[in-house]
Amino acid sequence: MEIKETAIAGTLESSDIQIMLAKGANGIEIDLESDVKKQFGQQIESVITTTLNQLGIESASVKAVDKGALDCVIKARTIAAAQRAGQTTDEPAWEVL
Amino acid sequence: MAQKNEERLRRTMMFVPGNNPAMVKDAGIYGADSIMFDLEDAVSMAEKDAARDLVYEAIQSQDYGNAELVVRVNGQDTPYYNNDVKAMVKAGIDVVRLPKVEDAQMIQTLEKDVLAAEKQFGREEGSTHVMAAIESAKGVLNVAEIAAASDRMIGVALSAEDYTTDMKTHRYPDGAELEFARNMVLHAARAAGIAAFDTVFTNMDDTEGFYRETRYIHQLGFDGKSLVNPRQISMVNSVYEPTQKEIKNAQNVITAIEEARIKGSGVISMNGQMVDRPVVLRAQRVMRLAKASNLVDEEGNYIEK
Repeated sequence: MEIKETAIAGTLESSDIQIMLAKGANGIEIDLESDVKKQFGQQIESVITTTLNQLGIESASVKAVDKGALDCVIKARTIAAAQRAGQTTDEPAWEVL
Repeated sequence: MAQKNEERLRRTMMFVPGNNPAMVKDAGIYGADSIMFDLEDAVSMAEKDAARDLVYEAIQSQDYGNAELVVRVNGQDTPYYNNDVKAMVKAGIDVVRLPKVEDAQMIQTLEKDVLAAEKQFGREEGSTHVMAAIESAKGVLNVAEIAAASDRMIGVALSAEDYTTDMKTHRYPDGAELEFARNMVLHAARAAGIAAFDTVFTNMDDTEGFYRETRYIHQLGFDGKSLVNPRQISMVNSVYEPTQKEIKNAQNVITAIEEARIKGSGVISMNGQMVDRPVVLRAQRVMRLAKASNLVDEEGNYIEK
């Protein structure tokens, strides 16, 4: 999937994560903000990267603000942001869901 | 997940806003009989896609125990309906709840779409159930044909906010404006052999009003009630909880059935009187409620409080 525009999904409420996705040039670059970055930073970044790769996105600039999201929430918000960025929200990415 | 219709208790169906991760994640801990993730009114237009993704991923990964999982999809007149149905069938939801149902045709359309999605995503055909929300005068007048429109139907729910608006009234504390609709929905459900859910009660400050309404719909015969707040779950359950006397009586009926079975007798008698089928069915339901209320142990013995 190609990133056509900068897009955002998720909120800053507790248990959520806000993902902002923009075009990138050097693979998946993630700027993560999280109170639990020390313990779970790697895991959060791995969920985002894996999900983007499954969607066929190899390069992207990601800004993520985590408020204690579970993996399933991180995955859901990444999919939503990516589909918005790729302008494909009308047809869910069945192969990744 | 889903069990046979007649065996499942459906006292409480709790609404969970579909785009709220904290509530979606915690929905399983309150002990609701059914959890209803809402993709419709609780989600703004701009977030329909994100809510669908969130509910999908949560169903795939979270443990909701024995609760029946229901999702309220967007209506058939919206651009979100098709993807909602497909995604939720793919996720393995127990029940798809269709809002604003006005005739049997709408349920037949839903049934066709659910079947197509089951085939597309390799789910067992017939494994996804459906239910209808009745929210208008037309829906109430057609509720009998709606309730009987599909073998997949597990229930009908009255949704009073839209209905009272359609009727050019609003909700009153005594509920007189809902009397006809409640009885129509309930009779349609019983005639079709499915569950009947009463509408939500939104004023959280009026505890007495909530109990009054719940006791009333329990008396009418509703299976249970739709809820907007987890605090209401224990309140509904307490209304549906059988008394010690009812449990003792049910135990006697069940013992009488067992004795008749051992003796090979087709006729069940208790205290010298014949026990007929309605009494047996009622006793079995009392014991299911007693178990769910933790008033009896696994063997059916009464637990003193």
